[in-house]
Amino acid sequence: MRKILSMAVAIAAGLALAGGAPAQAAEKLKAAWVYVGPVGDFGWSYQHDQGRKAVEAHFGDKVETTFVENVDEGPDAERVIEQLARAGNKLIFTTSFGFMEPTLKVAKRHPNVFFEHATGFKRAKNVSTYNAKFHEGRYVLGQIAAKTSKTGTIGYIASFPIPEVIAGINSLMLGAQSINPDMKIKIVWVNSWFDPAKEADAAKALIDQGADVISQHTDSPAAMQAAEGRDVMAFGQASDMIKFGPDSQLTAIVDDWAPYYIERVQAVLDGTWTSTDTWGGMKDGEVVMAPYTNMPDDVKKMAETTQAAITSGALNPFKGPIYKQDGTLMVKEGEVLADKDILSMNWYVKGIDDKVPGQ
Amino acid sequence: MLDAAIIGAVLASIVAAATTLLLASLGELVAERAGTLNLGVEGMMIVGAAVGYVTAYGSGSLLLGTLAAVLAGMALSLVFAVLAIWLATNQVASGLATTILGLGLAGLIGASFVGTQLEGAPPLHIAGLTDLPILGKALFGQDAFVYVSLLLLAAVAYTLTRTRIGLVLRAVGENHAAAHALGHPVRGIRTLAVMFGGACAGLAGAHLSLAYTPFWAADMTAGRGWIALALVVFSAWRPLWLLAGAYLFGAVSILQLHVQGFGLGIPSQLLSALPYLATIIALVVISALKHGRGAPASLGVPFVPDR
Amino acid sequence: MPLRLERQENISPLRHAMAPVVAALVTLVVGAVMFVVLGHDPVRAFTIYFIEPLGDAYTLQELVVKASPLLLIGIGLSFCYRANRWNIGAEGQYVAGAVLGSWLALATHGMEAGPWVLPAMLVLGALGGALWGLIPAFLRVRFGASEILTSLMLVYVAQLGLDYLVRGPWRDPQGFNFPQSVTFDDVALMPLLMEDGRLHGGILIALLAVIAATFVLGRTLVGFSIELAGSAPRAAAFAGFDEKRVTYGVFAVSGALAGLAGIIEVAGPIGQLQPTISPGYGFTAIIAAMLGRLHPVGILVASLVLALTYIGGEAAQISMRMPFDVTRVFQGTLLIAILAADILVRYRIRRVEGTTHA
Repeated sequence: MRKILSMAVAIAAGLALAGGAPAQAAEKLKAAWVYVGPVGDFGWSYQHDQGRKAVEAHFGDKVETTFVENVDEGPDAERVIEQLARAGNKLIFTTSFGFMEPTLKVAKRHPNVFFEHATGFKRAKNVSTYNAKFHEGRYVLGQIAAKTSKTGTIGYIASFPIPEVIAGINSLMLGAQSINPDMKIKIVWVNSWFDPAKEADAAKALIDQGADVISQHTDSPAAMQAAEGRDVMAFGQASDMIKFGPDSQLTAIVDDWAPYYIERVQAVLDGTWTSTDTWGGMKDGEVVMAPYTNMPDDVKKMAETTQAAITSGALNPFKGPIYKQDGTLMVKEGEVLADKDILSMNWYVKGIDDKVPGQ
Repeated sequence: MLDAAIIGAVLASIVAAATTLLLASLGELVAERAGTLNLGVEGMMIVGAAVGYVTAYGSGSLLLGTLAAVLAGMALSLVFAVLAIWLATNQVASGLATTILGLGLAGLIGASFVGTQLEGAPPLHIAGLTDLPILGKALFGQDAFVYVSLLLLAAVAYTLTRTRIGLVLRAVGENHAAAHALGHPVRGIRTLAVMFGGACAGLAGAHLSLAYTPFWAADMTAGRGWIALALVVFSAWRPLWLLAGAYLFGAVSILQLHVQGFGLGIPSQLLSALPYLATIIALVVISALKHGRGAPASLGVPFVPDR
Repeated sequence: MPLRLERQENISPLRHAMAPVVAALVTLVVGAVMFVVLGHDPVRAFTIYFIEPLGDAYTLQELVVKASPLLLIGIGLSFCYRANRWNIGAEGQYVAGAVLGSWLALATHGMEAGPWVLPAMLVLGALGGALWGLIPAFLRVRFGASEILTSLMLVYVAQLGLDYLVRGPWRDPQGFNFPQSVTFDDVALMPLLMEDGRLHGGILIALLAVIAATFVLGRTLVGFSIELAGSAPRAAAFAGFDEKRVTYGVFAVSGALAGLAGIIEVAGPIGQLQPTISPGYGFTAIIAAMLGRLHPVGILVASLVLALTYIGGEAAQISMRMPFDVTRVFQGTLLIAILAADILVRYRIRRVEGTTHA
């Protein structure tokens, strides 16, 4: 009995192999995305899904994509990623920091599947990491804010105190200080990536406290709407929010994942995929600025010049000298902050009159 | 730092933030006074937000959108009512199922409207009054939802305590067997009360998607339905205390953002937890002072007539 | 009213057994209509939802992994609900347990501590959950503050507390300041029951809880006093059962089991402390407790059914590209069908001539 059973298993396994791997080459490439939020959030997950759609449009019949949305960063993530790998997906993008460990665990079990984890720092032979240097865009925002603000105060709606958000605040402030060393910033943490009403409340609170340019590192267009309603200026986040603030949006940092996704899918199709760490910025087309609007021509010109300089590499937002709040020199004149130090940033630059939460 | 303009603006924000909660919890209060616990508030709210937005976007009329939201909230509440009242299913489980259903339906309804926006409900402006310092904007510079919420509150408070309808409704909630013996249609009254709850939750959803943040995004209610449920308990099922609860919660939510803006370096998680802590403390104080009151005696108990 | 619901006094075992069948039929009909309306092949959808997960060793394991926290928390909640104490803050007690238990894992990290760590963590987890659960109990007993509000509000407080810890003091120093603790040492992790997959020792604890709770609730004076406190508080007082002790007792049990579930998840499938450690288990468990009629074995079945709807929903997203919202609508529909079918079996609808109000 046992023998028959094991034979059956062997045959089944053989069939699975025959039907699986070798035939795959001629079949479509299956690629999958895992999102932390709903694709309808019009923010982080929405922009990743736009990237996925771009992949579909670009490759047509050669690629079949699928996605799972609203995946909790807790115990469920590993199962979802595992199921995607088992469903025959050969390339899997996991698009939130909390998916890091589950991605690595699943990747270990599926050495022939390629994984791409957004915003993390741990890699493996078949796990790449990728992120975008959104702080480059924030430097431009800082300069625009310093030029347009009348009260000299920028309002900043922050989500969670993680290095990426801290680096964004610092970069914006360094940009602002490059124009006006006395610029002030007020920061409100909403402890959420997505809560439209709370984001609107935060924007109103900042405006009430004298901020007249609002920048956000949260996902919804609520803050932009609030700024429009109060006749102050604001910067969009993740996508072009000009519809939400026709008279308020100065520009927006747009997450454009399409170039990266197309490149990575192409690499798998070509058989050239290797584990990499990609931190693309303006020059890679990952950090895109929405059109400069609602500002005088000279400010627009300045923004474009700065953007060009960052794109060409002539300007690095984290170029020394940079001082910490207490006056400690963190980056010497003529040097730039190393990527790993930006990735793990947990201190504010001089001129920010607040404390980094949890420090 | 604290001049009249800031105080006025802060007060105006507090009123706006409290209104969503007040609307949703007011309807639930009526449903619970009649003896039905509907945990589907979050679901009815989000369906109201989605249907309201989609209708207003399509028709260009905020009023139509609001009406549609109210009807949508009622429709979903009817699903709950059929289950919990007419089939006498477990109310807690039925309410939670209603919420799951509502979240899903709303997502489907709103899916193709993500990324659009509309002109939200305009704030009132009465020359002279709205420009008054400090209280001007808070009292006379709000959108229609705020005034409707207060009118509804007054109407509910009056109806519950001063009218025959209110008396019957409370009787049904306190002792359904006795109310039934007196010839009152217990389940019919409960159904109407639950539907009023659905209408109010739908209206609260419309407040979010048509006035507060006039756009649609999935899960945009972000748990406010649960807070509304808690506030009904806070109020000990009395409308005026509900007003106090909603405004307290709204006030602490807004003020903690302002405290952050001052850059005092208090952990933001602690500040974010303040509205919840403040509500607990306030409830404890009220309860300790014996102002508290028990729940309607028949709350959560299904009514099945014997004969 | 021409139609009337009548309670069936003596329900035959056959009729009892029919409840799941009726529920399945109702779900099939309603679900099929829904899938067709939304443009999905109903046969394929049902296969993916209910057949495929049950025919695969991996998904079967996952089913149990997903069901076990629901089961543990649900059993705890049944103690509260039987006593008519409305603990809806199990999610917070889950987090509190996970935090206190993880404290030991972090404190002993890298010290090559012995195998006592995990058992001690479980004890601390239960303790943490119980302590967090005792707050609403205390506020109710001492001040008469409603536990519905306090337990729910404490959920948010617990979550923000966890958030503070993993973003601040408990952050992995080598983790580039990202919000997560170190990965637990092996002595602080739940042992796996099978080589392949995530089936862990916590499942055994959950099953043990089923047996223990069945015994305590069904066969002991404690169980009787809980039941009586819920159904007839005055009689309970006459019988000499202390109402306060019941309140403290059921909240402690409920909190402890939720806390245990929390530390098991963290030391099991997750393996470290991070800002998100629960996909709303504490709330879903309320449905599990109610669907299971507050009976431990019923809750076991309900937890498995709920877990199946989640896993089937994920599978439908993966293989049919079904939107998440469709899976949510289906889950809601399924729950409603189960609730309705259950009632239709226990009661019968009779046509009555004329209306008589007594």
